[in-house]
Formats: sequence, structure tokens, C-alpha cells
Amino acid sequence: MDKKETMIKAKDLVYEYRKYDEEGRERELIKAVNGVNFQIEKGDFVAILGHNGSGKSTLAKHINALLVPSAGTLWVDGIDTKEEERVWDVRQSAGMVFQNPDNQIIGTIVEEDVGFGPENMGVPTKEIWERVEESLKAVNMLKYRHHSPNKLSGGQKQRVAIAGVVAMHPECIVLDEPTAMLDPNGRKEVIRTVRALNQVEDITVILITHYMEEVIYADKVIVMDDGKIVMTGTPREIFSQVETLKSYRLDVPQATQLAWELKKAGLDLPDGILTREELVEALCHLN
Amino acid sequence: MSLKLEHVQYTYSPSTAYEIHALKDVNLEIPDGQFIGLIGHTGSGKSTLVQHLNGLVKATSGHIYFNGEDIYADGYDMRKLRSKVGLVFQYPEHQLFEMDVLSDICFGPKNQGLSKEEAEVRAREAMRMVGLSEEYEKQSPFELSGGQKRRVAIAGVLAMEPEILILDEPTAGLDPRGRDEILDQISRLHKERGITIVLVSHSMEDVAKYVERIIVMNQGEVLHDGAPREVFRHYKELESVGLAAPQVTYILHTLKEKGFGVDEDATTIEEARDTILRVFRDKVKKHD
Repeated sequence: MDKKETMIKAKDLVYEYRKYDEEGRERELIKAVNGVNFQIEKGDFVAILGHNGSGKSTLAKHINALLVPSAGTLWVDGIDTKEEERVWDVRQSAGMVFQNPDNQIIGTIVEEDVGFGPENMGVPTKEIWERVEESLKAVNMLKYRHHSPNKLSGGQKQRVAIAGVVAMHPECIVLDEPTAMLDPNGRKEVIRTVRALNQVEDITVILITHYMEEVIYADKVIVMDDGKIVMTGTPREIFSQVETLKSYRLDVPQATQLAWELKKAGLDLPDGILTREELVEALCHLN
Repeated sequence: MSLKLEHVQYTYSPSTAYEIHALKDVNLEIPDGQFIGLIGHTGSGKSTLVQHLNGLVKATSGHIYFNGEDIYADGYDMRKLRSKVGLVFQYPEHQLFEMDVLSDICFGPKNQGLSKEEAEVRAREAMRMVGLSEEYEKQSPFELSGGQKRRVAIAGVLAMEPEILILDEPTAGLDPRGRDEILDQISRLHKERGITIVLVSHSMEDVAKYVERIIVMNQGEVLHDGAPREVFRHYKELESVGLAAPQVTYILHTLKEKGFGVDEDATTIEEARDTILRVFRDKVKKHD
């Protein structure tokens, strides 16, 4: 098997900012990201967990050079994000999708919105339309190409936002809580789309979320607390540590929680049950 | 004391090509002291419904009675209704604007005509109710964490001493612990103060854990109205309208199909654990 190439690498990454009082005197120095090292391979699906204020969004903004490290280095596809003249190369390799779809959609027609990115990159017109079509197909929104975005549901809007990033042909997409504002159906649509992009299009995915159920499909989970990486592992390894996760203000999927409670009560169940199917099967095995 | 809706209809852009029936013949009674969950997919009419409850939107037809009085009657004091039915919007922290936390919470009661001193008494009480200690009084609301900002926003509504508190997705965007803290706090307000709560939520797990009654909206109509265990029994239908049931519902139904005698109507983790343990009693390892 081919050795995977590195998509993103962080070495001793620090991001700090200063807070000032009303007279402009420096009040404190805050290290939002504090000495982080990690590596993400091309084609991986990585989830980042952490409570509000743990530094995960700050870290994510480094991946497409919205922020650059105060110390240490972050490479995206081999490019040091501190190289100012290459910032557009970085942003083309790593696209970003945010929480609120309404803040990311600018076009009045779906296909125009999706074409905005490639047009900005100077892609020839004919190719723009090809890219728009294939991107909308990839997020299963092609039949809405002539619609107005403001008539779409939250999940549909978010998929249009994702298509806008896909049309720029990134190697990697960073999604910062893309489902936080969506209803259950919208969440399902977006997560299904993200998984398909990873598995079918082989795009590297970095998903930041507070919904533990969305993490179980990831290859790798990174848990952040207080600007540092405190846990790394497969979803099964991470979710086996119910109490540790809770100490970081996080949670586990409901099926995992139920399995853990049953185990505590004396049932002989394996650690790290992730899905309801696994729990049902494990219970059937007891008989 | 109650809020009663009779044949409430709401139509956007009536008699034009863009006519949309957002609410169709909604009949509901919200008695004193209930903890209600309101669920429905985006566009189901739940936000429109909520805006009717404190008179922000006027029904195209039908009646709403608050404590027996028709809120659409001539001379009815809408301001009084709005102070009795408090509405916390989605992402309420976007509406914070004062220099410090205490002033922000005072805004509502001051607007109700209370003096600065009276408003501050109310504001301090509201801060206690949402679990914000005194040290936050003089802090800028913009320097707080997401969960704390949201508490400030909720306190701003509580300071008006509402009898009914409606919260539109109060935990969106919060981390799991922040979510539990806010919901526990709301549940405590309900238990200790007897405030009627209407919680609009997309999380079936949260709704199952906290509320005693669920109202399901779909296409402008009330699709189900009952206790969580009754409503989530219709989980297949809920899926067909873009909703779901808590994960435990699916686990219990599958176990039941496989022939285990579990109570498939349990909706919380604790209930599910207990019913599974009853069935698997003989498999429990005895501790010495």
C-alpha cells in the first residue's frame, strides 16, 4: 500500500493574543492555542472536539491561513502558512465551511453562489460551469441550481456552502460546527454529504462539532482543552473514556452512554460501543 | 391561568401568488406550570407559533386567550402580555448591548417602568436564577463565554418576571456541558418557581430528558401532542416529517423486535437502563 502523503502538519503551534483595558494598557496575554503538534494525512476524516473556548476554532482558522501562528509552524500541503505570498495557495488547498450558512452565501441564485469561488480564482468560464455542476452533484443539490438560496432549508443552504468550497477543488475541507444551527434532518444531510466527499471524492475532512454522534464515522478524533491537544485516537478509543471526556465538558453518543451505564450496573459489555446497532448486538450476545 | 389558542391560522402574503399558510387551525392549551417541548423541522411553523404566544405576530384568524382574556380584543394591553410571556430568541447573546451585565439585565424591567433601584433588585434576582454570581455584575457581557452570555440574555427576560418562558433553541452552539448546565437551570426554574416553560429544540434527547409534554408541529399543524413516551412511539412518522426519536427509542424497539420484553416506550437513558436491566437481570455479574 502507498504511504499516505501529509495534508496538514502542525509543529509547536502557538496562537496568542493580548487583551487591553479601556486605557489601552495590556491586561493579559491569552494563549488560545498552546503548543500543538499533530499531523493529518491526505484522505483522512478527522474530527476535532472541545468545549467552547478550548481553542479548536482558533486552530481550525490556521488551516486556511485566516490566522497565522504566533509561534511554531503549520504546513498545509507542504506550504508554510506564514508565507504571505502563498496564502491563496493555502486557501485553495484548504477550504472552510462555517456554522451559519446565511453568512456564507452571497449569490442570489444557487449556481452563481457556487461559481463565485472558482471565478475569483480566475478559472475559465466554461470550466466554472463544469465545476458548478459537478460540485452541486457532489452535495446532491443539482436540481436546485436555479433556485434562490434564501428559499432553501438550513441543511440545503449548508450543502450549497459546501459546494461553493468543493468547486474550488480543495484537497481538504475544514468544517467548523456546520450542523449547529440545523434540525435533525439537516444535520443528517450535511454529515452524509461530508462523508461522501471524503469517501468518494477522497477529500480530506476536518470536522469540528459538538454533536458526538457525528464523530463516530471519523478515522481519528482529536480532543482539545485549554489550547492543548489532550486526547487523540479512533472514535472507539476516545469514547471508551466516558469520564475523561466528561471532565473536558464533552459527552459521548447516547448509545455509548447507555452501554456504559449498563456495564456499570454489572452487564458484561465491551468498551467503546458507538452505535445503537453495536449495543443491540452486544446485548444479544449476552443471551 | 393559561394560554389558550383556538383555531389559530396565520397566512403570509394572503391572496397573492406567494400565499403561505404558516399555521393552519392550531388549537392548544398551555396550562400553568407545564414544561413543554416544541419540536418540528425548519419551516414547520414552530417559530411562527411561538411569536403568536406573546403577540409579536397577529393571527390571520382565530383567537388567543391569556388568563381568559382575548388578546386581540380592543384595548387589550399587549405590553402586559409581553411582560408575562417572555421570549428568548435563538442566539439571544447577539442582542446584548450594554456596558456591563447588570445594566443589560436591567433593560427589560426599566422599560416596564420600574425605577433603577427596583430594576436592579429584579436583575440581581434574575442573575441568581440563571446561576451567575455577583462578580459578573460589572463585567462586559462581550467578554464572557458563550454559555455565560446566553445566561445573561435569559436573565434579561427573567427580570421581567414572566409567567411563561419560551426559549427558542437555547442550547444551539453550546458544548455538551454548557448545554446540560443551561437546561438544568431552566428545569430548576420550572420546579422551584413554577414558571411555565416552552422549549423549542432540535434535540430529541434533550426534549425526552426534560419535558413532560411534547408538541410536534408539521406543515403548520399540530401533528402530535402528548407525553414523550406517547409521542416518540410514532418515531417512524416523526422521521417522515424530518424529525427523529432519541437513540434509546430505536435501541429499545430493536430489542423488542428481537423478542426481549423491554418497555419500548422508555425515552431517557435512565429509563432505558432500568428496563434493560430488568430483562437481563440474570446476566448481571454479582459483586462481592
